[in-house]
Amino acid sequence: MTEAILLPTRKDEAWRYSDIDALEGTPPETFEAWEDVRVAEGETWSDLIVIDDADGLQMRRLRIVLEKNARAELAALVAGGRLGRLEVVVTLAEGAHFELGGITLGGGDTTREIVTRMAHEKPGATSNQTVRSVHWGKGTGNFLGRIDVVRDAQKTDAAQSFKGLLLEKGASVNSVPQLEIYADDVQCAHGATVGQLDESARFYMAARGLPPKTIRRLLVQAFIGDATRELADEATREALLEKALDKLEEREG
Amino acid sequence: MLQIDNLHAEIDGTKILNGLTLSVNAGEIHAIMGPNGAGKSTLAYVLGGRPGYEVTEGKVFFRGEDLLAMDPHERAAAGLFLGFQYPVEIPGVSNIQFLREALNAQRAARGEEAMTGGDFLKLAKEKARLLKLDMEMLKRNVNVGFSGGEKKRAEMVQMGILDPQFAVLDETDSGLDIDALRVVGDGINAIMRQSDKGVLLITHYQRLLEVVQPTHVSILSKGRIVRTGGAELATDLEREGYDAVMAEA
Repeated sequence: MTEAILLPTRKDEAWRYSDIDALEGTPPETFEAWEDVRVAEGETWSDLIVIDDADGLQMRRLRIVLEKNARAELAALVAGGRLGRLEVVVTLAEGAHFELGGITLGGGDTTREIVTRMAHEKPGATSNQTVRSVHWGKGTGNFLGRIDVVRDAQKTDAAQSFKGLLLEKGASVNSVPQLEIYADDVQCAHGATVGQLDESARFYMAARGLPPKTIRRLLVQAFIGDATRELADEATREALLEKALDKLEEREG
Repeated sequence: MLQIDNLHAEIDGTKILNGLTLSVNAGEIHAIMGPNGAGKSTLAYVLGGRPGYEVTEGKVFFRGEDLLAMDPHERAAAGLFLGFQYPVEIPGVSNIQFLREALNAQRAARGEEAMTGGDFLKLAKEKARLLKLDMEMLKRNVNVGFSGGEKKRAEMVQMGILDPQFAVLDETDSGLDIDALRVVGDGINAIMRQSDKGVLLITHYQRLLEVVQPTHVSILSKGRIVRTGGAELATDLEREGYDAVMAEA
């Protein structure tokens, strides 16, 4: 077997919108390695992941197992790498909850993506994912969210919300919700929208004396703020927003 | 203060203003009335510099400067306030943050020092009280979930905080009940009826003019001023209708 065969290709659903060329030279075993997290029964875990190194492939892959009534909360900013990628696979036991607040940012020729899989394997678990993507230049933002609900996992409530904001023509976002549901008493809500900064809001703010740069900052801040709102831990919430705003400041120069 | 000379403007190639000439001096409150489609809101947007409203001919001077050469935010910093007929909702941005940043951006552009958070809150409270708007509303996101009347009062609170030299108020009276109309009218008088300030008050109806007594009234029709008079012109209009009054012109 040659190494090339082991590298992901665009035919893999989870790499569909990725920048495959950015994987060149990456050892194939990279794609078999995981950071493992196990949250014990009734325990709470939370973390902030920031991917912001500049070059090449910047990837984190997390595998999270939630035991009964455990709660995990992940705040994530993907704003680095030619290809910046966060993969999260979560397995939920009875009554567990997983919360994701994710932001992707990027311009130039970059691709920044969040790829998740929620495995609802027991009844009564909930998951909620909110991802906001802001891109400019020829930047691409992707959110691929797969939700598997096994036959036994009744009363699952799994929600996904994705919104993309394109600051310039040429930028793009992709969102693919993928639901595999084998139980009949479940709720799986998902929504996705893409837009630009609201023209009438921009003029309204300008008419009050705000220069274009400030207007963009305030509107983008409001937009990505959505991704932090459901995070229970205030420090995590603020840290995520602050990191994202710092990144956007760099863009403004 | 404001001199509009032979202004022509169009939207998407449709001519709306056709040689509008008008001047408003300091100390004047000049009401613009006119039927639907006369170009009232277009005039307001052109003065504010809204993208898409293209001036094809004419000049506008504001306090001696070429207004049309300025960007919208520069016009605000120069002392021009545009009161919107339909104030825009901005989810995720609080009134307090929005107005403080706006005020300090204007002050910075004029070479003035930024206002501190404490001073700003004091000012905001004072203006909210003047317009009988609950201070809690200012902590909420800009215009989000506000009723029509609350939006208009919030608009006037903004005007009070920003303290402009000149206000262009586009149908500030629409959507207000009788009581709110009086509050808003009193607010306009308190903030803008001063010897060094001017107002262009765009309205459909005479009722606001009973509270905010104009020094001049002009009728706008088909993109130009067809008649100018004193406060009595508004009363004539209310009694006889646009057609009759314009026929006399």
